[in-house]
Amino acid sequence: MSDTTHHVVPVRVYLLVFASLLVLTYLTVAISYVDLGVFNALVAMAIAVTKAMAVILWFMHVKYSTRLTKLCVGGGFLWLMFLFALTMMDYISRNWKF
Amino acid sequence: MSSHSAHATAGHPAALLHQFDTADQQKDASTLGMWLFLITEIMFFGGLFIAYIVYRNAYFDSFVAASHTLNIPLGTFNTTVLICSSLTMAMAVHSAQVGNRSRIVLFLVLTLILGAAFLGVKVIEYADKFEHHHVPGPSFQFTEGGNPKNAELFFSLYFGMTGLHALHMIIGAGILLVLIFNASKGWYTPEYYTPVEMFGLYWHFVDIVWIFLFPLLYLLGGHLPPGSGGH
Repeated sequence: MSDTTHHVVPVRVYLLVFASLLVLTYLTVAISYVDLGVFNALVAMAIAVTKAMAVILWFMHVKYSTRLTKLCVGGGFLWLMFLFALTMMDYISRNWKF
Repeated sequence: MSSHSAHATAGHPAALLHQFDTADQQKDASTLGMWLFLITEIMFFGGLFIAYIVYRNAYFDSFVAASHTLNIPLGTFNTTVLICSSLTMAMAVHSAQVGNRSRIVLFLVLTLILGAAFLGVKVIEYADKFEHHHVPGPSFQFTEGGNPKNAELFFSLYFGMTGLHALHMIIGAGILLVLIFNASKGWYTPEYYTPVEMFGLYWHFVDIVWIFLFPLLYLLGGHLPPGSGGH
């Protein structure tokens, strides 16, 4: 059976994740004032994805979950990427007028 | 293993439903079910996110002008509040795992207070939008640059997305009240605290939605001078 179900995450880990989330929040605000051209959006999204990963892995305990849960979570985000990628492929490659 | 013996040896037999062999198996099933629900939530917020991305690319100048009217300090403050509430929620689950009953109640109450603070700031922000006629509808006005029709689209997405996010928090606050009541009765023990943990997943999910909403809505074009309309 799953011996990981009752894994108790040390408070120290939660505090570390919490501090990282705060630092990344202030970093993304600071960077938004610097002109990086097209990279502004990319950096902002990279930071947001990093923050989301930290929340999912540690706060939501997916790091310590069963393989079935990990597969399910990963599959969900894979399909979200399909949604984004396939939609944007159409909007970027076709000369549609708004 | 024999399901009969598992029933007999479970710490809280009442909490173990008869279709499960063990408490662990029951908890794994709850976790999987909760994640399946959250994936449907991710998909439905995903539709709004892709709508935002498509129109942001199409009407970049107007979206930057509209984004400039949002209050970045208030947005940053609210992001901080929400991250704090995620920590207190994680600590509530931790307290349940180690069997500290009074701490479960304390951290759930703190989570509720932080959630209310977030919604309070949101009310201030929404009121400001009403005052400036930035709410989509017949009285919508936008003179801060770009095309007003396209700026109105930005605000439609802004109110749609932050409104749905706020609705999730209001529902979360209601569930928190029930959890606080039950926790104060001592219902949650290291053997059975599944409701606390499943609600934690929901609360963290709401936090993740905000983690993406904040940079997309507030920080778009922060590096561009106000009214410049972008590239």
